[in-house]
Amino acid sequence: MSVLKMDNVVMKFGGVIAANNLNIEVEKGKIVALIGPNGAGKTTAFNVVTGVYNPTSGNVYLNDEKITGLSPDKITNKGIARTFQNIRLFSELTVLDNILIANHLQVKSDFISCALRMPWAKKEENAMREKSEMLLNKLGLLHLKNEISSSLPYGEQRKLEIARALATDAKLLLLDEPAAGMNPHETNELTNFIHTIRDEFGLTVFMIEHHMDLVMEISDKIYVLDFGQLIAEGTADEIKNNPRVIEAYLGVEEDAEN
Amino acid sequence: MMNKIENKNNKTKRYAANILLAAVFIVVITLIDQNLIGDQYIKRVLNLSAIYAIVAVSMNLVNGFTGLFSLGQAGFMAIGAYTVAVFTVPINYRASIFYIVPQNQVLAQIHLPFFIALILGGLAAALVALLIGIPVLRLKSDYLAIATLGFSEIIRIVFTNLKTITNGALGIKSIPGVSTWVIFIVAILSIVLIALLINSTYGRAFKAIREDEIAAEAMGINLFKHKVMSFAIGAFFAGIGGGLFAALLGTVDPKQFYFTMTYNFLLMIVLGGMGSITGTIISSFIVTFGLEFLRFFDEPLAMFGYNITFFRAGFRMVIFSILLMILVLFFRKGLLGQKELSWKLISNIFKGKNSNKKSNKGGAA
Ligand SMILES: Nc1ncnc2c1ncn2[C@@H]1O[C@H](COP(=O)(O)OP(=O)(O)OP(=O)(O)O)[C@@H](O)[C@H]1O
Ligand SMILES: [Mg+2]
Repeated sequence: MSVLKMDNVVMKFGGVIAANNLNIEVEKGKIVALIGPNGAGKTTAFNVVTGVYNPTSGNVYLNDEKITGLSPDKITNKGIARTFQNIRLFSELTVLDNILIANHLQVKSDFISCALRMPWAKKEENAMREKSEMLLNKLGLLHLKNEISSSLPYGEQRKLEIARALATDAKLLLLDEPAAGMNPHETNELTNFIHTIRDEFGLTVFMIEHHMDLVMEISDKIYVLDFGQLIAEGTADEIKNNPRVIEAYLGVEEDAEN
Repeated sequence: MMNKIENKNNKTKRYAANILLAAVFIVVITLIDQNLIGDQYIKRVLNLSAIYAIVAVSMNLVNGFTGLFSLGQAGFMAIGAYTVAVFTVPINYRASIFYIVPQNQVLAQIHLPFFIALILGGLAAALVALLIGIPVLRLKSDYLAIATLGFSEIIRIVFTNLKTITNGALGIKSIPGVSTWVIFIVAILSIVLIALLINSTYGRAFKAIREDEIAAEAMGINLFKHKVMSFAIGAFFAGIGGGLFAALLGTVDPKQFYFTMTYNFLLMIVLGGMGSITGTIISSFIVTFGLEFLRFFDEPLAMFGYNITFFRAGFRMVIFSILLMILVLFFRKGLLGQKELSWKLISNIFKGKNSNKKSNKGGAA
């Protein structure tokens, strides 16, 4: 069964067609990658899925339910969470606060009960803290919980952003270049990290990535985008030998390495 | 082990210090309330500071913690002030107050106890905030400043013209006063409530919106709902502040709620630190006392027989504008930035420890 389905999605910005007739399916429990040269429209595809942009035409389905045009917070509430290409943590807040904020969407108590520390609100708050600390512990970030998130090393910030997305209890995780700016060692660690969370949290992962070794190793399926068009889809081996993919990448080899 | 004992020791010390502080506070307020220390003038300015602290903290909730830019605080205060004025003036005084245009017949018969009128004033301010916020907060944030600025001007004009309710430009006099204790208790209660809200999951959602709207929304936070919530709660407490203000001054008229008043609150939150409650409280007292002591700038001053031209009505505000500009240009973080005043912070300052250094060290570890 496909968790996510993009059906003939078109996204135009004035004269620029950033996404042209995208048909993408992400199957449950799989790790699917979206690759392509700079400016190919990958982030745009994510922004359409997460409600940041309303597509010019076409539809997005989550578990066969149409989610096109819903606002980003509603889509997150339906179970899709994401990270950003340029890390967007709540940078002045602590690591724990970042995770707690991602729990807010599940809060049932109203603001008056929360401010007055009513027993049910306190119970909810305590449960939320416990759950957040457990998550941080699982991901090896618990020792950093009281640090201001912007003071974390780059790799840990990336990890925290993934942790924050997980804390929303989403089942579909969209990662926009999680390994950007990482050295080979960190990239390797990240590969394991993504595998672990996929298995442990029963996730489906849809990710944009430029590090080809990471993509080839981790992905069950790869989609290749160039100038807003899908030019190939298939397994790592199929993609590696696809002449159109090689052609698209040849001209921009250096960019793609960044 | 040693560490644990030391921690416990510190905790006991802090606990004792807090109790001592509370005791000193109670004694001082009682002495002032009973007119045993200070004079009427000091007492009035202290009360005014406490009231302004409520309004400034409520503005900080909206501007400092949620990252909105609202300039409507004076308008919301006016709503609270007029509610208290209309409903608490004794019924038999009313005919003599509304001597040009008679008061609305229904209102003329209604008298409410102070606390009910106070809460009602807060609720009325919150309701008006909803009416402004619901259309405006769907738009990009910048529109709120314009809308609230317009609102503060409109509300003054409306109050000047609704003569059967507000007595127009003449204002309403003979509002029964309240004791210093009432003002301080309401102030403490209001500020504690705001602080509790800020330290709850809703407060964290507000801060998330301040930090990064796109990320907050991606975490499932409904931006519109939370902005409206913060804005209306801020208006509620500004209304409460306005109600106390009316009772303290004993009279309200539309001229008291000029935009310059909001400007003072802006100065308080910038000086105290956007995102710091304790900083805002401290700066509310500093600014209120400062405004009073700077009054001599507004009076003509002659030196060696010459009139110094600058010293005339309004010069005080010029000085204040300059102060605000200097603050914004050179001390953007204010007294406390986003920190809160605590014993730990004080002892760190005395030990010469900079808490900035501390967080850097944590980052490198
Ligand atoms: N909000 C927008 N307004 C106008 N044009 C946009 C907007 N967002 C994206 N574009 C354009 O759409 C195209 C695709 O951009 P997008 O960010 O999706 O590329 P990308 O594949 O993520 O590239 P990169 O690898 O550099 O992140 C670019 O030409 C970009 O300029
Ligand atoms: Mg991109």
